[in-house]
Amino acid sequence: MDFSNFLLQLLNSVQYGLLLFMLAAGLTLIFGIMGVVNLAHGSFYMLGAYLAWSLSSMSGSLTVAILLGSVLAIAFGLLLERVLFRHFYHRDHLDQVLLTFGLIYVFEEMRSILWGDDVHGVNIPAALGASIPLTDHLSYPVYRLFMSGVCIALALALYFLISKTRLGMKIRAGAFNHDMTEALGINIKRIHAIVFAIGVGLATIAGMIAAPVSSVYPNMGSQVLIMCFVVVVIGGIGSVRGALISALLVGTVDTFGKVLLPQVAGMLVYMLMAAVLLWKPEGLFKQ
Amino acid sequence: MADEALLSAKNLVKRFGGLAAVNDVSVDLWRGRIHAVIGPNGAGKSTLTNLLSGDLPPTTGSIRLGDQDITGRSPERISRAGLGRSYQKTNIFLPFTVWENVRLASQSRAQHAASWLRRATGHAGTNERAEKAIVLAGLERRRDAVAGTISHGEQRQLEIAMTLATEPQVLLLDEPLAGMGTAEAERMVALLKRLKEAHAIMLVEHDMDAVFALADRLTVMVNGQVIASGTPEQIRHDAGVQAAYLGEEEH
Amino acid sequence: MSAAKSHLEVLPRSLQLLLVLGVIALAAFPFVGTEFYASMMARMMILAIFAMSLDLLQGVTGLVSLGHAAFFGIGGYFLSLVSSDSGTVSLWWTLPGAVLASAFFAAVIGFFVVRTHGIYFIMVTMAFAQMLFYLVFDNKEIGLLGLSLRLGGSDGVYINLKPDAALFDLENKKVFYFFTLGCLLAVYLFLRRVLWSPFGRVLAGIRVNEHRMRALGYGTFGYKLAAFTLGGGIAGLAGYLWGAQTGFINPELMGFHMSAHAIMMVILGGMGNFAGAIVGAFAFEYLLHLFKDLPDIGGFRAGKHWQLWMGLFIVLVVAFAPRGLLGLAERVLRGKEKHHG
Repeated sequence: MDFSNFLLQLLNSVQYGLLLFMLAAGLTLIFGIMGVVNLAHGSFYMLGAYLAWSLSSMSGSLTVAILLGSVLAIAFGLLLERVLFRHFYHRDHLDQVLLTFGLIYVFEEMRSILWGDDVHGVNIPAALGASIPLTDHLSYPVYRLFMSGVCIALALALYFLISKTRLGMKIRAGAFNHDMTEALGINIKRIHAIVFAIGVGLATIAGMIAAPVSSVYPNMGSQVLIMCFVVVVIGGIGSVRGALISALLVGTVDTFGKVLLPQVAGMLVYMLMAAVLLWKPEGLFKQ
Repeated sequence: MADEALLSAKNLVKRFGGLAAVNDVSVDLWRGRIHAVIGPNGAGKSTLTNLLSGDLPPTTGSIRLGDQDITGRSPERISRAGLGRSYQKTNIFLPFTVWENVRLASQSRAQHAASWLRRATGHAGTNERAEKAIVLAGLERRRDAVAGTISHGEQRQLEIAMTLATEPQVLLLDEPLAGMGTAEAERMVALLKRLKEAHAIMLVEHDMDAVFALADRLTVMVNGQVIASGTPEQIRHDAGVQAAYLGEEEH
Repeated sequence: MSAAKSHLEVLPRSLQLLLVLGVIALAAFPFVGTEFYASMMARMMILAIFAMSLDLLQGVTGLVSLGHAAFFGIGGYFLSLVSSDSGTVSLWWTLPGAVLASAFFAAVIGFFVVRTHGIYFIMVTMAFAQMLFYLVFDNKEIGLLGLSLRLGGSDGVYINLKPDAALFDLENKKVFYFFTLGCLLAVYLFLRRVLWSPFGRVLAGIRVNEHRMRALGYGTFGYKLAAFTLGGGIAGLAGYLWGAQTGFINPELMGFHMSAHAIMMVILGGMGNFAGAIVGAFAFEYLLHLFKDLPDIGGFRAGKHWQLWMGLFIVLVVAFAPRGLLGLAERVLRGKEKHHG
């Protein structure tokens, strides 16, 4: 493998890994703070993609679509949390798995009713449509760099929020000791709503920015969900840092695997997960 | 009795991050004697019990049970080696009957514990062991009651019965009298006296009347360390202990 | 000595009677119903076997696997791999072979997943099952140990000749129906036996309080692995029968939707006693057909959007009837028995 190819795969690995991180971070935060597992998490990714398509078709601009779509998605997430998910927090995991599995069906059908079942493409905005040359033989699409950039920006924002702000402190306290935090007068319900909104927001934005690259099609949520689970299992539930490292690891193994060992490429990530489980059954960075 | 200690723990240390919950604690248990471990909350008594039962691995130190080194072994292997433990927070099978709780405990010692096709309730050896344990713990009349429906005191008795059904040599009893009324506590103390002869017992307790009625030896822990160890008389008159613990109790 | 009474393990007399009536109705069905419906019933019986195998894990041992369909699929794919269009294969080695193949995969996967707990267990079972799903989905054939195995990829594989039973003719639909019914009863009786065996009691104890079981000296990892393997093997039996009955195996049979459906069947019927799994399988499949056959209401194609109704149904059942249909029935019948006292 020559250097250009290596660089290309490395950039793709990072881009894929960062996208996975956006999803895994939301899933792991929601589980770590509220103790709820959400199988329908992938549906928010799908929602993001479909919003990107329909809003950009209507407005003619992907940027508008992303901004407007984020607002809509977060509002939807807050509504869902208030009306539905709030009542699942105390249920056992089996119930949560089934309830959210039922939601996957409901969301898929709502998508089918609202937007139909066809596959769609989303256009990359002209400003980001170029490729920049990296080496003599290799040009890399600016849009993919943009995707990574958005993910990094959001990751930094998340880090800043959780570690450096008072809200972040309240969030961490809520994860650490629920009842005590409530006793201290902190509105735990609002914290939960905010965390849920962050999770939904990250997943939806991931879907929106990925849409031009991955296309918009039914069932795209389920495919990405399984990768997301693998990332969370390897990284350790509840650990955002674990999710980041794990996502980059998974992105790298998957991308290079497809190029170097195409026969077993699909299985490599699972073999990685199996190996991690033998060594650390609760993930690399379990809280 | 000049024979070997049944359980011998030497220089046990357990650190969580920078904090030493148990710091250089040694304990020996002999058959026919009750060794009580007392101390204020947070002294490390529960952690010590967890180290001995295998629920937590020690950071450093060693534990010997009979002629086996059990340091760092899993709880199931330590149980099979002859150590039984009861829990401070009642740790029984709530949806099962009292009888089934004890029978299941007893079954762990049966050769056929993994058999797939015979009927579990028909095995004579298992049933005998379970029967003995239930009678010893005084629960014969409650055998058909569902464990979740019996009184707190009876649940504590069931805790002990289950531990006894595995026929251990060494008993670690973690606050068996917790939450008991006077009559129940008296019954439990009588039971523990009956058990002394055949077992080596370590008793973690807060009830000082019971401790002084039962203990042959006492170890006092504060902040993870042993501050005094000896006979009840010695401990009662130890100035350091009085200052740190008993003195506060007497108020 | 009274038996452990938890999780609806012991069914009240009236319920037992209803179930016996159900079996009699099943036995009479091929003589009164059409061939089309008899085939459908045969498939429901096969799914009932699949659901019972999951009940052993979920209802009895407390292991919630989101990947159990993988072993169902392996049973079916085993049959497709040993079958050919040129001649029949014998039932008497292929059926045990399918069970052993599924059990083998369950043992290997179990070795990795049984060491996890709670939500991890759910996620890793799903992950490993998806791994197997993609293996068959992405490959029309793979080479293994010098052999070329025809997996069919996303198109699936056809099984055109039913296995040869020698003593009876499985190509005869009635014979196949009764063979399936026989398997259903055999699996039910076997699992009930296991439930009340020392092994079964340990599994129940693990579900209720695994920590205490370890403290009592039980090596719970080994027991859970054994249960996972046994459950996988029985799922393989169901998958084999499915392949023989429908003549077609595709990757969706191993997928996560299938696994989730199985969980729903077990919950819907009532967990932990195997009869509930049978009831749940029939009820779930019946509902599925009901939703898919819904008429168009004012231009809205209700049947096409069956997933919506199924999704809402799942949410409602889990939210309001966690002990399933048998749990509801038990409450109603117990109420009646009290009045007639």
